[in-house]
Amino acid sequence: MNKTSLAESLPPVFQEKSKVEPTKTIIQLDDVNINYGSFTAVKHASMEIYEHKVTAFIGPSGCGKSTVLRSINRMNDLIRGATLDGRVLFNGEDLYAKDVDPVLIRRRIGMVFQKPNPFPKSIYENIAWGARVNGYRGDYDELVETSLRSAALWDEVKDKLKQNALRLSGGQQQRLCIARTIAVQPEVILMDEPASALDPIATSRIEELILELKKDYTIVIVTHNMGQASRVSDYTAFFMVDQNRTGYLQEYEETEQLFLNPIHKKTEEYISGKFG
Amino acid sequence: MQNSVSFGSEENLLSMMERRRKAGVVWQAVFLFSTSLAILFLILLLFSVIDSTFGFAAIRYEKKPSELMVGKSQLSDFSRQELEETAKTHLSSGILRRVEYEKPIADRTDKDLIGILEQYVLQPSVLRTWGLWASLTKQGEINEYLFDQGDAVLTFKSWLTIDFLFADQSANPLYAGIRTAMLGSLWIILITFLFAFPIGVGSAIYLEEYAKPTRLTRLLQLNIFNLSAVPSIIYGLLGLAVFVRAMETFTSGSLFSGVADTTANGRTILSGGLTLGLLVLPIIIINTQEALKAVPDSLRMSSYGIGATKWQTIWGQVLPVSIDRILTGTILALSRALGETAPLVVIGASTFISVDPSGIFSKFTTLPIQIYQWSARPQGAYRNVAGAAIIALLILLMALNSSAIILRDKLSKKKRMEA
Amino acid sequence: MAIDNPHFRKKSRFHEHIIETVMFLFALFSMLITVGIVVILVRESYLFFSDPQVDLIGFLTGKNWQPMIHQFGFLPLLNATFTTSIIAMLLGIPIGLFVAIYLAEYASDRMRGILKPVLEVLAGIPTIVYGYFALTFMTPLLRSLFGQDVVEIYNTASAGLVIGILVLPMIATMAEDAISSVPKELRLAAYALGGTKIETTFKVVIPAALSGLSATFLLALSRAIGETMVVALAAGAGPKLTANPFKAAETITGYIVRISGGDVSYNSVDYNSIFALGLVLSIITFTLNLVSRKISTIFHQEYE
Repeated sequence: MNKTSLAESLPPVFQEKSKVEPTKTIIQLDDVNINYGSFTAVKHASMEIYEHKVTAFIGPSGCGKSTVLRSINRMNDLIRGATLDGRVLFNGEDLYAKDVDPVLIRRRIGMVFQKPNPFPKSIYENIAWGARVNGYRGDYDELVETSLRSAALWDEVKDKLKQNALRLSGGQQQRLCIARTIAVQPEVILMDEPASALDPIATSRIEELILELKKDYTIVIVTHNMGQASRVSDYTAFFMVDQNRTGYLQEYEETEQLFLNPIHKKTEEYISGKFG
Repeated sequence: MQNSVSFGSEENLLSMMERRRKAGVVWQAVFLFSTSLAILFLILLLFSVIDSTFGFAAIRYEKKPSELMVGKSQLSDFSRQELEETAKTHLSSGILRRVEYEKPIADRTDKDLIGILEQYVLQPSVLRTWGLWASLTKQGEINEYLFDQGDAVLTFKSWLTIDFLFADQSANPLYAGIRTAMLGSLWIILITFLFAFPIGVGSAIYLEEYAKPTRLTRLLQLNIFNLSAVPSIIYGLLGLAVFVRAMETFTSGSLFSGVADTTANGRTILSGGLTLGLLVLPIIIINTQEALKAVPDSLRMSSYGIGATKWQTIWGQVLPVSIDRILTGTILALSRALGETAPLVVIGASTFISVDPSGIFSKFTTLPIQIYQWSARPQGAYRNVAGAAIIALLILLMALNSSAIILRDKLSKKKRMEA
Repeated sequence: MAIDNPHFRKKSRFHEHIIETVMFLFALFSMLITVGIVVILVRESYLFFSDPQVDLIGFLTGKNWQPMIHQFGFLPLLNATFTTSIIAMLLGIPIGLFVAIYLAEYASDRMRGILKPVLEVLAGIPTIVYGYFALTFMTPLLRSLFGQDVVEIYNTASAGLVIGILVLPMIATMAEDAISSVPKELRLAAYALGGTKIETTFKVVIPAALSGLSATFLLALSRAIGETMVVALAAGAGPKLTANPFKAAETITGYIVRISGGDVSYNSVDYNSIFALGLVLSIITFTLNLVSRKISTIFHQEYE
C-alpha cells in the first residue's frame, strides 16, 4: 500500500492553493512509456491519481490520453504489438508485474467506452454478465437493481428488464454501460469520452452521474470537451504531442488551477481554443 | 461497498481465476485440435488417393512370359521381325483381324506391338493390389500371398502413367485409360462456357447496371441466390426432362441431318454441357455482379460526363475494368462444373465409351463419371485406377484454377501499365 | 418553355434499347430455370402419384420402398438421408465452428495465411473425390475400429462423416464471417468487465453471432441433404429402414442416381419416382435455404 499522503506528493505551489480536499493516491504512473511496435505513442508519463476524485485527461487528438487511460486497466494488452515500460501502481501494486492477471485487474478497474456498447442481450443480462463471470454469489436481482439505481437508470427501465438493451436510447445505453461496470464493484472507473456520442441532454445526465459516482469510485475521464472537464473533474491532466507524434504529459494540476492559471503556454493556448 | 463480500475472499478469487484460466487453455487446445483436424482431413484425403495410385500388384499371366520370350529377358529385346512374327503366330485370329483392321501390323511401331503382345498374348490379369502404405509396411503379408498363389508375379506399379492418360477404356484395369473421359470433360466444359458465360454476364450487367430497385429486380436477385443453393442432382433431373427428353430431336442432332450417333438419343455432350450450364449460371451471375460492384461509380459518372450512352459506358469503361474479375469468377464456376458428377449421371452419361467424342452430338463420359464408375466396381484394381484418375482430375482443376490466377495477374498488370 | 434546339432533343437510340432488352431477357432466363424445375418436378410427380400402384398416403407413411412389388413408402429413403445428414452435422458443426473461432479470435496472421488456403482447397475438391475417400479410407477405418461384422461395407456412418468433412470448409468460412462481423466494441466491453478471452468468446461473441451461425448451419444441413456422390458410393444401394448407422441404407439422392444411371424407360413408375423424390428433396432444401436467408437478413440488420 502506498502510504504517502497527498500533501507530500504534491508540488509546493499546488498545496498552497489547493481547494480540493486531499485523499490518498490510488493509481500512480511512474515514467510510463507506451509503444506500438516501434512507434512510441506516449513517453515519460508520471502522475498520481487520487481516490474518490474525478481526474480528467485532456489534450489534442493523438496526444495519447486514451492510450494512457487504457494502460491503467491493461486494455492495451489487447492491441497487437503494444508494450509498456515504466510502472503503473494500483494501491501500490505494480499492475505490470509478471504474475499479475489483467483479467483480475479489469474487474477492479472498470471501463466505459466512447460509443455505448451494450451486449445484444436483455438489460438484466447486461448487468449480470460481468458479475456472473467473476463468480458473484449474492442476489442477482438486488445487484441489478442497485447497479441501475447507482447509474440513475432504474426508474426508466425497471419495468422492462427483460427487454433487449439495444432498444434503449443512446444516453440510456451509456448509463446501462456504466451500471454494468458498477455491477462488478470496481474501485476505479475509466471513461473514454463517455458522452461524445450523445446529445446535450444525455451528456448532462452523464455528467451529473459522474459527480454522484465519485462518492464511491475513483473516476478517470478522457474528454475532448473542455467545459466537461471543468464541470466534472477535480484534477486535470493536459497531454501534448511532439513532432514525432509521441504524446507526453504537459501539465497536471487541480482543475481550477489548470484552467485559471496554467503554467505552460501550450496549456493556455489549448484551453483557450487556439488549437485542438 | 455493501456487497463486496459477495465476490468472495481474495483467495477464493484467485483459485477461481485459476479455474477460469484453465478453462481458457483447454478450449484453446480444443480450437487448435479442431483446426489440426481440418488440415489432417485434407492430408488424409490426398493420402488415400496417392496411396491407391502407387503400390504392388500381383499379376497372373495366361501365358507365361518365359514361354513367349525364349532366351530373351524382355519383349523389348526382340527384333522388329521377331515382334511381327510373334504377333502373327500367337495372336488369336479374331484379335489379329481386329488389330490389322485398325492399323496394319507392318505400319505399327515397336512399342505398339509390344503392347499388343503383352495385352493379348500374355494376357495379364490383376489378382490383388496393395496401396503404397501396405506395399511399404506389409512385405510379409504380400510375400505370403504370392507364395499361396504360386504363379503370380509381383510388380510395383504406378497406376498413373502417360499411357493411362492417353489410353482408351478397357475391361482390364491394367489397360484402362482416361482419354475419352478427359475429352468428354473438355467438350462439356466448352459447351457449358459458351452457354452460361454470355447469359450469366448479361444477367449480371442487367441487374447491376440497368435494373431499377423494383419488386421484379428483388425477385430476380432472390431467385438467383436460391438457384445457387439448389442441390446439383436437381439440375440433373431438369436436364433429363428438358434437354434429354423434351428437346431430344435438337440435342441428339437428328434435327440437323442424320449425322448423329443414333444410340445416344438425347444423352449427348450438348445435353450435358447445357445441364451444367444451368448449374453454374447462378454462380457466374453472382461472381460477375461482385466484379461489377467493385467498379467505382466515379468511372461511370466520368463516362456519362463526356456524353457517352449507357451501353458505351458499360462496354467502354465498366467491362474493361472488371473483365479480369469476371473471368476469374467464371473459371472458378467452370472448375465447379468440371468436378460435377451427379447431374451428368442423372442425365445418363454413358459409362463405357471407347470412341472419342467427335462433336456435340456424341455420347460422352467425363472424368468424374469415370471415377465414379471405377470406384463403384468391386474389383480392387479399379480402385487404383480410380485413384490415378482422381489425381488427373485434381491436376486438371489445379491447372484451371492457376490459369485463373495467372490471368488475373496478367490483366491487372496490363491495366497498371496502361494507367 | 419548350426546347427548340434540335441538338438537345431526345434521340431514339434504337440499338441501346435492343441491348437493354437482351440483357433483361438474359436476366429473366434464371427465372425460367426455377419455373422449369418447379414445372418438371410437379408434372412428373403428378404422373407418379396418379399411377394406380402409388398412393400419396402410402408414399408419405410407408416403411417399404420396393418398386418391384409396388411398395412406394419413402420413409426408408428419408430416414437414410437424415441419418447421413445428422452424422455430417455432428462432425461438421462443432469442428467447423471451432475452426471458425480459432480463425476469427485466436489465429495469427501467419496461421490464417496457412489455414485459409487449406479450407479453400478442401472446398474446391469435387464431391466424387470425397465419395472415393469415404469408400477407401473412412469405411475401412470404421470397420477396423468397430469390427468387420459390426460395420457393413456400405454404411451411412462413413458417408455421413465424410459429408461432414465436405461441409466443414463451408461452415468454417461462413461462421468465421459471422463471428468477425460482431463489433469489436462488444469484446472490449466484456474484457473491461473482467471477462477472460474464452468467456468473452462463448458468452458474448458467439451469442451475438448466433443468428449468422444458425443461418450457416441450416445452409450446411441443406447442402448435406442434397449431397449425392458420397452417399452414392459409400452409403449403399437398396432402401432400408434402419436406425443403425453401420448398416447400408440408400438415401433419396443415392436412389435417384442409381435409378437414373441404369437404363430406365421413360414414363415408367421408376422414372417418375425419381422426380417425385426430387420434389421432396427440393422442398426440404428450399425450406432450409429460405429460413437460413431470413435469419441471416435479420442478423445483418442487427449490426447496421
